[in-house]
Amino acid sequence: MGSTNSTLSKIPNVEELMQETGFTPAHIVRLYDRFEALDKEKTGHLRPQDFGAINRLAMNPIGDRIIGAFFSPGQETVDFHSFVRILAHFRPADKKRPKDPSMPEPVNSRTSKLKFAFQLYDQDKDGKISRAELLQVLRSMLEMQVTEEQLESIADRTIQEADLDKDDAISFEEFRKSLEKVNIDHKMSIRFLR
Amino acid sequence: MGWFLLPFDNLLCIVLGISFTVGFSSLLVIVVPAVLGVSIGIRRLYMKSLLKVFEWATVRMERGAKEKNQHLYKPYSNGIIAKELSSLEQEIQELRASGTTLSSEPEFEMADIMYFCRRGVESIVDDEVTKRFSAQELESWNLLTRSNFNARHISLRLSVLWGLGLFIRYGFLLPLRVTLAASGIGLLVVLTTIVGFIPSGWLRTYLSEKIHLMSYRICVRSLTAIITYHNSENKPKNGGICVANHTTPIDVIILANDGCYSMVGQIHGGLIGVVQRAMVKSSPHIWFERSEVKDRHLVAERLSNHVADKTKHPILIFPEGTCINNTSVMMFKKGSFEIGCTVYPVAIKYDPRFGDAFWNSSKFGMVNYLLRMMSSWAIVCSVWYLPPMSREEGEDAVQFANRVKAAIATQGGLVDLLWDGGLKRGKVKNTFKEEQQKLYSKVLVGDQEDQGEDRPQEDEEEELEEGDQNEDRPLEDYTPRPLEDCSLRLQEEEEERGSETPMKDQ
Repeated sequence: MGSTNSTLSKIPNVEELMQETGFTPAHIVRLYDRFEALDKEKTGHLRPQDFGAINRLAMNPIGDRIIGAFFSPGQETVDFHSFVRILAHFRPADKKRPKDPSMPEPVNSRTSKLKFAFQLYDQDKDGKISRAELLQVLRSMLEMQVTEEQLESIADRTIQEADLDKDDAISFEEFRKSLEKVNIDHKMSIRFLR
Repeated sequence: MGWFLLPFDNLLCIVLGISFTVGFSSLLVIVVPAVLGVSIGIRRLYMKSLLKVFEWATVRMERGAKEKNQHLYKPYSNGIIAKELSSLEQEIQELRASGTTLSSEPEFEMADIMYFCRRGVESIVDDEVTKRFSAQELESWNLLTRSNFNARHISLRLSVLWGLGLFIRYGFLLPLRVTLAASGIGLLVVLTTIVGFIPSGWLRTYLSEKIHLMSYRICVRSLTAIITYHNSENKPKNGGICVANHTTPIDVIILANDGCYSMVGQIHGGLIGVVQRAMVKSSPHIWFERSEVKDRHLVAERLSNHVADKTKHPILIFPEGTCINNTSVMMFKKGSFEIGCTVYPVAIKYDPRFGDAFWNSSKFGMVNYLLRMMSSWAIVCSVWYLPPMSREEGEDAVQFANRVKAAIATQGGLVDLLWDGGLKRGKVKNTFKEEQQKLYSKVLVGDQEDQGEDRPQEDEEEELEEGDQNEDRPLEDYTPRPLEDCSLRLQEEEEERGSETPMKDQ
């Protein structure tokens, strides 16, 4: 490990990465150290097993889904850039940023965070949370603590409340609407120390 | 041809002469007090002067960094992110309170997934267990390359100092230490073998104690270990088991320096095997063959037999089973706590400023590790003897083990973690996932008590709303808490999670 600058120079396109994600150089350095610590075989990429080695994550009921969120469809490894980009979703939103419709949505905005959460439900990425997908999530979060009937009734009730166009699935807009009062920024943000 | 070698010859002679004199006199100054059991205080003086030098070095580096307008990379010991130390129930209630209607019957909300999501990503970015297994990070530089993170901020003066330090450590200290260690171990082997010929009785025990103590004192000096023993009135007595947290194989030397213990372990081949066999000739240690190690009953039997005999020294055991990096205490294996005798807990805490004593067995082999130890400045540690504990009525071995562990962690200022030290190599078990699921289902389905409390719920709702407003303060200006705070709150968190459910196997 060297100083901030020497570590930064090891990472290609680091300026672009900082611009895109909004992380400071100090954050990038810490994340890089963490990336290297997880990459036990020093391949420069992380595989699902490397995430699986994190015990707190293995103990998380939706741990597998979170790991899946890091890997784009068809990809078996994730490099440092993608790693940081996904983590950037969890940066607290920049309150002082002016709302400029011509600029692309920043990666840590409310909408982006909602999309991330939506994807955790929508595993087949068809843009809708079907009843089966909802049941799957409920099963991972509750498993043996409730009966199958209870799970089904919870799923039914949730869809009933959120599904506005009555197609028995929850689209992103319906998802967003049902969560409009939730303080997403606080719940989906991680405070990175300086 | 010979004439121009002559001045070199002379010079060489002089240099050799000086180094031998210096070496020999240092040896004398160190060994004689060791043999007699007296301490002159050279090591403490050495420690104080070193500290002054380190402070100066760090100040210079900070100045250098400021001039270049850069940040000194100071890895905080509390990690990359500030974790929310609230429980699952609290967080989900908060999610609900800020969401839609607060019905009297809590039900599943789609936003609930966010709690798990955030916790999961937090653990990806920074988790406690992985951190425990790598060396602790320092705030100031101790002139060792291995703990240097700021290579660019070293001025000429610092480099000179570092070079001087390098020369002193490798050129002077290392050979001296190796000689001392060799003589210490050699003396141990030879003398214990001799004493082994004396028939058992008062004389033999007395001599063997003296020999053991003397050799360990020499070994301690060979590592330049500066040890402070606290509460010596609680020193382990015969017929008991001494239990301590494990950071390095040197722990054994540190403890045996102050009292006589019976060691427990697997018998090895090679040099260590020779030492082990010699030691057992003069005093009863418990060495197991490789095949016997797996047989738990045999192990327990031998330990019980040893403990029952009051003339034998207390057994020294490290229940964590592996080396942890001295910032926390991991789960204790229950075997030693099942025997049912008095347990004497001991807490060992190393001061990382002088040299990191932690043995990362996946990174360094034994020889490499010893070399590193002998080329550090010093090993400074504190040993606390805690009052003896026994298993209480209705307490099982695992609960007893946890109680002892908590006592050791509190005394040593270490974090008391639930995790199994074996996790360094293995994977977590499903029981923990089930815990999380249980907690969540409780929130959804609701406890019996919740249903009768309508009024308190309204108050809760108001409090929660206020809480939400406070959370609008800028998140970026968060400053890290001191480590002591963190460790206490971590303990609270673990207790809240109801994770007193013990882990079962060894």
